[in-house]
Amino acid sequence: MRAARDAGRKLLVPYVTGGLGADWCDVVAACAAAGADAVEVGIPFSDPVMDGPTIQEASTRALARGATPASIVAALGEVDAGIPLVVMTYYNVVFRGGHRRFARSLVEHGVSGAIVPDLPLDEFGEWARAADDAGVETILLAAPTTPDDRLVEICERSRGWVYGVGLMGVTGERTSLAASAATMAKRLKAVTDLPVLIGVGVSTPEQAVEVSAAADGVVVGSALVRRLLEGGGPEAAAAFVGELRSALDGMA
Amino acid sequence: MALPEPSPDGRFGEFGGRFIPESLIPACRELEAAFRAAWGDPAFHEEYGRLLRDYGGRPTPVTECHRLSERLGVRVLLKREDLTHTGSHKINNVVGQALLTRRMGKQRVIAETGAGQHGVATATACALFGLECVVYMGEVDVERQALNVFRMELLGADVIPVGSGSRTLKDAVNEALRDWVANVETTHYCIGSVMGPHPYPWMVREFQSILGTEAREQTRAIVGADPDVVVACVGGGSNAAGTFAGFADTPARLVGVEAEGGAAIGHGVPGVVHGMKSFLVQDEEGQVLEAHSISAGLDYPGVGPEHSYLSATGRATYVTAGDDEVLDAFKLLSQTEGIIPALESAHALAWVVRAAGTDELPTGAVVLITLSGRGDKDVAQVRELLS
Repeated sequence: MRAARDAGRKLLVPYVTGGLGADWCDVVAACAAAGADAVEVGIPFSDPVMDGPTIQEASTRALARGATPASIVAALGEVDAGIPLVVMTYYNVVFRGGHRRFARSLVEHGVSGAIVPDLPLDEFGEWARAADDAGVETILLAAPTTPDDRLVEICERSRGWVYGVGLMGVTGERTSLAASAATMAKRLKAVTDLPVLIGVGVSTPEQAVEVSAAADGVVVGSALVRRLLEGGGPEAAAAFVGELRSALDGMA
Repeated sequence: MALPEPSPDGRFGEFGGRFIPESLIPACRELEAAFRAAWGDPAFHEEYGRLLRDYGGRPTPVTECHRLSERLGVRVLLKREDLTHTGSHKINNVVGQALLTRRMGKQRVIAETGAGQHGVATATACALFGLECVVYMGEVDVERQALNVFRMELLGADVIPVGSGSRTLKDAVNEALRDWVANVETTHYCIGSVMGPHPYPWMVREFQSILGTEAREQTRAIVGADPDVVVACVGGGSNAAGTFAGFADTPARLVGVEAEGGAAIGHGVPGVVHGMKSFLVQDEEGQVLEAHSISAGLDYPGVGPEHSYLSATGRATYVTAGDDEVLDAFKLLSQTEGIIPALESAHALAWVVRAAGTDELPTGAVVLITLSGRGDKDVAQVRELLS
C-alpha cells in the first residue's frame, strides 16, 4: 500500500460483507481485478454498532446463510486476489475465537490485516500483541472527535495504513461528502507517514476524488454492498470499483 | 463505601472496560470527569438529594409482608421502589444523569428502554429539565408495553421503534449507540442500567446505591439486624447493584435473579458487547443470542460487568426464575399483600417462593427483596397470559 501511495497512486479499498450471497468470494476477486489496492471483508456480527442499515442488512443475510468467522476466513484462503485482504469484524468475534488462535487463522489463510472498530487504543493491548506476534497488521481507526495527542498514538500503533473516519456517524451512503472528511485526512497526514485512507460516508467516485485531494485514498463500503443487496454480483462490483478506480486515476 | 470503585480503566476484576468506537471515547472520558467532579461536590449531592426527595418521593419505605411471611415461613421485607415517582428505581439514575447532562452543557438526551420503565423515567427527567428526549425501543417491546409508549410521548419524548435483530432491548441499545456515534457532541446517552462502557456501570450503581443505603437502615430499624438474604432481579442489573451496594459489607447473602431465557451469568461465558466485557448469552462463534423472557426489562442477553465480578468472586450468587413461576409470584404478592409487582421484580419474588424452607432460604430467615417497580404496566399483558 505504501509503495503504491509513494508511486503517486490513490488507494482504493472496497468493503464486501463476507458470506453475502453464494458468489461473495468472486465479488472479492472481481474487486481486485477492477483495480482495488486491498479488499476489506466483513465477518458478520450479530450486533454491528458502527454500521448503518445497508451493512446491517448484509450482515443479517450473511448470518442467515450460515456464515461463521471460520467459514469466511477459510474461504478467503481460496481467493486468488493478488492484493492484500483484510478482515473487519467486531471484538467479540476475536475475543471468543481467542486472540492468538484468531490471529494465526488469519495468517494461515493469507489474510494480512484486521480492522476491529469497537476495540479502541485503550483496550487494544492483548490483541495487538497476538496480532503483532502472528504478523497480522491491525489497522486502527481515528475519528473526528479524536484529540491531537491521541491521533499521534493511534498512528504509531496502527499497522499498514490508518483508517480515518470521515464523519461523526455510522457507515452508510451520504448525498455529499462531510466537511469533516478532508479535515480528518489533513490532521492524520500531518502526524503520520502511513497511508491515510478515509471511509464512512464516501459513496461515489466524485466523493472519492474530493476526499483524496487530502487523503491517500478511500474505503467504500455501503455503496458497493447496496449494489450487492440489490442483486448485483461480481460484474456489478467490478463495474462500480472500476468507476472509482478511473476517477481516482484521473486525479494524477 | 460498600462496593469499591472500578480500576482506572473501568475494570471490576477482568470485567468492564470501554469497548466502543473511537468516535465515542472522548464523550466517555468527558462523562467520567463530569461524574467524578459532581460526585465529589456537596452542592451536587444537595441538589440530587433534594430532587429525589421532593420530586422522586424518596425515601421509599421498607414494608414487612406479614401474610406472605406466614405463607412462606420466612420473614419477607420489601424495599418499595414501586412507590417512587414514575413507579420504579429508574428515576434514581435518570435524575443523576439529567443533572450531569446539564453540567456538561448538552441539550439532547437519548435512551434505550425494554419494559419502558427507563424510557418513562428518562422522558420524565427530560421534561423536568427541559431537555430534548429520544427513546429507542424494540418493536416487540413497543407492542407489549403500549401504555408506556404513550406515556413517554405524553411526556414529550420521541419513541423510535427498532426493527433490527431480535427487536428487543439489545437492539434498542445498538440503535441508541448508533445515534450517539452520530450526535455525541450535542447528546448525552442516558444508559438505564449498570452496563455499557466505563464509567456507566460504576456511575449508575452509585446513583442507585441510595436504595440499598436506605434499605439497610430501614431493615435495621424494623428487624434490629441485617437481613440474612438480600434478593433483587437482574437484567442489566441496576436495582440489584444499588441494593447490593448497601449490603456488601454486611453478612447478608446477596442473590441476583435472572430470567431463565436471558441468564447471562447462568450461561457463564464471557464476551464483549455494548462497550463492556461481561458474561453474555452467545453462540460458539461469538454471535449474541436473543433473550426470551415474559418480562421486557429482563429480555437482555448481557449483564452489568460488576455482577459478573461479584459472581466470579462468590460475593453474590445468581440464580434464575422461569416465566410460569414468575406469573405465580406476580399473583401471590397481589393477593397476599395488595401489591402488584412489576414482572421484573416478580422474578426476585419467584425465587424466594421457591427457596423458602430450603437450605437456600431456611425457615425463619429474614429476606429483603427489592421490589424494583410496580406492575401497572404489565397488567394488560398478564391479563392476556392468564386468560
